[in-house]
Amino acid sequence: MIMDRLARALDDRLRLSPVTRRALAKVFPDHWSFMLGELALYSFVALILTGVYLTFFFDASSADRVYQGSYAPLDGSTTSAAYASVVRLSWDVRAGLLIRQTHHWASLVFLAAIVLHLARIFFTGAFRKPRELNWLIGVTMLTLALANGFTGYSMPDDLLSGLGLRIITSVVESIPLVGTWLAALALGGEFPSDAMIPRMFVTHVLLVPAVLVALISLHLGILVRQKHTQFPGPGRTEHNVVGSRLWPSYTLRSLALFAWVLAVLFALGGLAQINPVWLYGPFEPAQSTSPAQPDWYVAWGDGALRLFPPWEFRIGGYLVPAPFFPGVVLGGLAFLALYLWPFAERLRTRDRRQHHLLDRPRDHPVRIGVGVAALTFFAVLVVAAGDDVLARLLGVPVYDLLYLFRILVLALPILTGAVAFLTARALRRGEAASLGDLTRADLRRAGRPSRRPSRRDDEPETPAPDRPGERIELWPEGEVWRWRYRDEARRLVLTANRVAVSEEEAVEAARLAYPGVDRVVVPGPPAPSPPGPVRAALRRWGRAAAAGSLLVAALVERRRDRRRQRDGDEGDPREKADAAPRGGEPR
Amino acid sequence: MRRPTPSPAEESASRRIVGAFLVSAAGAVGFAVTYGLGGDTRWEGVCLAVAFAGLAVGLAVWARRLVPVGGYVEEHEGFTPPPAEQAMTAAEFAAPDSPTRRYGLLAALGFALTALGVAALFPLRSLLPWDRVRPPRALKDTPWGAGVRLVDGTGRPLRPDDVPAETMVAVFPEGDPDAGDAPAFAVRLDPERFSRPPAGGHLGGLVVWSMLCTHAGCPVRLYLKGTGRVLCPCHQSSFDLLAGARAVAGPAARPLPGLPIEVGPDGFLRATGDFTAPPGAGFWSRP
Ligand code: HEM
Ligand code: FES
Repeated sequence: MIMDRLARALDDRLRLSPVTRRALAKVFPDHWSFMLGELALYSFVALILTGVYLTFFFDASSADRVYQGSYAPLDGSTTSAAYASVVRLSWDVRAGLLIRQTHHWASLVFLAAIVLHLARIFFTGAFRKPRELNWLIGVTMLTLALANGFTGYSMPDDLLSGLGLRIITSVVESIPLVGTWLAALALGGEFPSDAMIPRMFVTHVLLVPAVLVALISLHLGILVRQKHTQFPGPGRTEHNVVGSRLWPSYTLRSLALFAWVLAVLFALGGLAQINPVWLYGPFEPAQSTSPAQPDWYVAWGDGALRLFPPWEFRIGGYLVPAPFFPGVVLGGLAFLALYLWPFAERLRTRDRRQHHLLDRPRDHPVRIGVGVAALTFFAVLVVAAGDDVLARLLGVPVYDLLYLFRILVLALPILTGAVAFLTARALRRGEAASLGDLTRADLRRAGRPSRRPSRRDDEPETPAPDRPGERIELWPEGEVWRWRYRDEARRLVLTANRVAVSEEEAVEAARLAYPGVDRVVVPGPPAPSPPGPVRAALRRWGRAAAAGSLLVAALVERRRDRRRQRDGDEGDPREKADAAPRGGEPR
Repeated sequence: MRRPTPSPAEESASRRIVGAFLVSAAGAVGFAVTYGLGGDTRWEGVCLAVAFAGLAVGLAVWARRLVPVGGYVEEHEGFTPPPAEQAMTAAEFAAPDSPTRRYGLLAALGFALTALGVAALFPLRSLLPWDRVRPPRALKDTPWGAGVRLVDGTGRPLRPDDVPAETMVAVFPEGDPDAGDAPAFAVRLDPERFSRPPAGGHLGGLVVWSMLCTHAGCPVRLYLKGTGRVLCPCHQSSFDLLAGARAVAGPAARPLPGLPIEVGPDGFLRATGDFTAPPGAGFWSRP
């Protein structure tokens, strides 16, 4: 009642309803891989929530401070204020350790989610025109997320973080000409400077998060404007989006995902110890610990530093030290490649068309080959960052492992990339629907040079529609109009995501979504669609089987009940939706 | 509009949802109670996890069972605007009084803005260290110098006898023990076994080297007894102290710089100069 009045009052002043109506009806594709971006978003929200709490207790200063508190081994010792405040936060502030550990876990999940999201965008070609802009924003957010992870990790001023910071400083100093100046500019002096903790703090809690919030808003704004991509499938074209609506379906689902993220993060934060700085001790310039491994998302850099041979040279008497190549050049090239990929690919395929239908990964063997090789390369580097631990576990000399990794990091990506490339080609050229169906002949054919021209410019813009049995049905409902798409042959019915205020509006929407498909005006709500597709039934049965044989009997009984009820109650929209396919698995 | 009477399936879903939300509330209460009782990280985490998992399950069941899933289609306008519209927008910018056509004024504006932009870069210089030592210089200089005594971690000056054989003793410059580039270590080796003399010289087998790895600056703190080798824990570079602290394995390329020492008139060890090379990682203007 009150909500109603409030909504009305706002609408009378701001005229929100036309926008709101469209926004609520926005259609999201039903495929799990579209949740990866949201996973990143919600871990970011979790990072902000927990991070703000930590800010109240963290003392960003390298001034001396005597720790007094319940962690006995350090009680009474003088450390930096930053370190003392983190130990206090962990041991003496109630719920402090929970929030601290949750924040750290959230950062690991955040970066993992971004990388997975990026991989899904990459392998499905979602970055193609018109979405290059969002790709660039996304890659930028990845760099910012990495930077923020690193500053966060370095702020507590414990031994491990100090070592990490020292290594990064050395990497920056290795840059020809400007390296030492850049490092001094960042740290405000020679490592370890008094200014470095306050500076990292401002960067970590203000600068980078503010830019991230701005970029996320832009990213999502562009996403709403451009609408989602979708996998190809029945009823799906370059001119529409098929799935569930924002309201109510995705509102609930998305909130559920948010709650899941928080549940998992708090479970990890409460139960899985992470970064116990009180065990590492405070940073001291002459101390180090072993083993020393960084968080996973910088481990590739650590691994690269380990594997790169001791090569350095001088240019006109000036030194280019070894860390320059694995530290600066590798990271720089990787991000340059990421930034440029959409444009490089377009250069190769000469494909300038708009794409709203996604590729299946196999559709593009070169892309999947390069992507798999790159992922393998970085995975080997991450594993190599633990070579000392591995050596101890396996009881082999660490330098033997080092040589092994030096070979693997070059050989394995070529191998996996080639396998991915050939598999994709075999799948694309052959008839096999999935990996399991591949035959020897398919594989042999994949090895041969391609006969198909790679440019696909001459293919028609839309596959000729004209499927018999495909049509649009429109009907009036009181003042408003509705429409739906029906494909008799596939027993598919897709309802328009929103009502139209006039017949013209309904026709226009239907024409945009299904150009060239016949439209018919039907008198009333069309008859209920034929019984649900096999898959929905299978799914119901599968669940029943799992519940046990007794339950199966009960379920059969209930199904019979339901059918009886449906026959009696024809216009229920829920039943219609039930008849349409539920999942959005690509076909 | 009224909702149609719920089907049995709907009713059972509703019951599950309510149950999940009740579990969630119980988790929240549990968290508050744990906190009130003094707080236990594990229980706090579990309670919050239960609270949010309850929410998640309730919302997920709600989304799956009580609202339509799938089966909707939204049209996509496409992003190539009608040519007429594009032309009209372009015309706005091409109008005679359009500021974008006043090239002279635009150039002046551009000049002013560029000047402002460049001026805005100047305050960045304040981020550099206050003392006017140029960064490359700062990296070359350390607190060590002629006459600076060697002290141990507690600040006690060291005599040659304080360094036993086959042990690594961390040493610091007296008066500035916390300097980032100063840490060094002293070891006593058998001069007979030197295949290459230490860069900083030795006092009857007593040698002092910079502790900072020449790869990326970690302290090389692992002394492998008997082998005369030290190992860096960060990326496993190892240095052969018997061969002038040459880098023998791992990613480091340069030997550890040595520190020239002598015994002062007071009987304590002191440096006779700075390290034989800038300590730690390499940089562009490193000699
Ligand atoms: C801060 C991290 C990020 C957040 C919070 C975020 C959030 C999202 C969300 C919620 C979506 C919609 C759901 C989806 O399509 O999966 C999305 C779409 C998109 N994201 Fe991100 N994202 C992030 C990072 C990235 C990165 C690293 C890239 C690529 C390098 C990227 C590129 C894209 C593109 C191109 C789309 C539109 C594609 C489509 O609609 O299918 N994003 N993002
Ligand atoms: S810092 Fe010593 S090996 Fe890298």
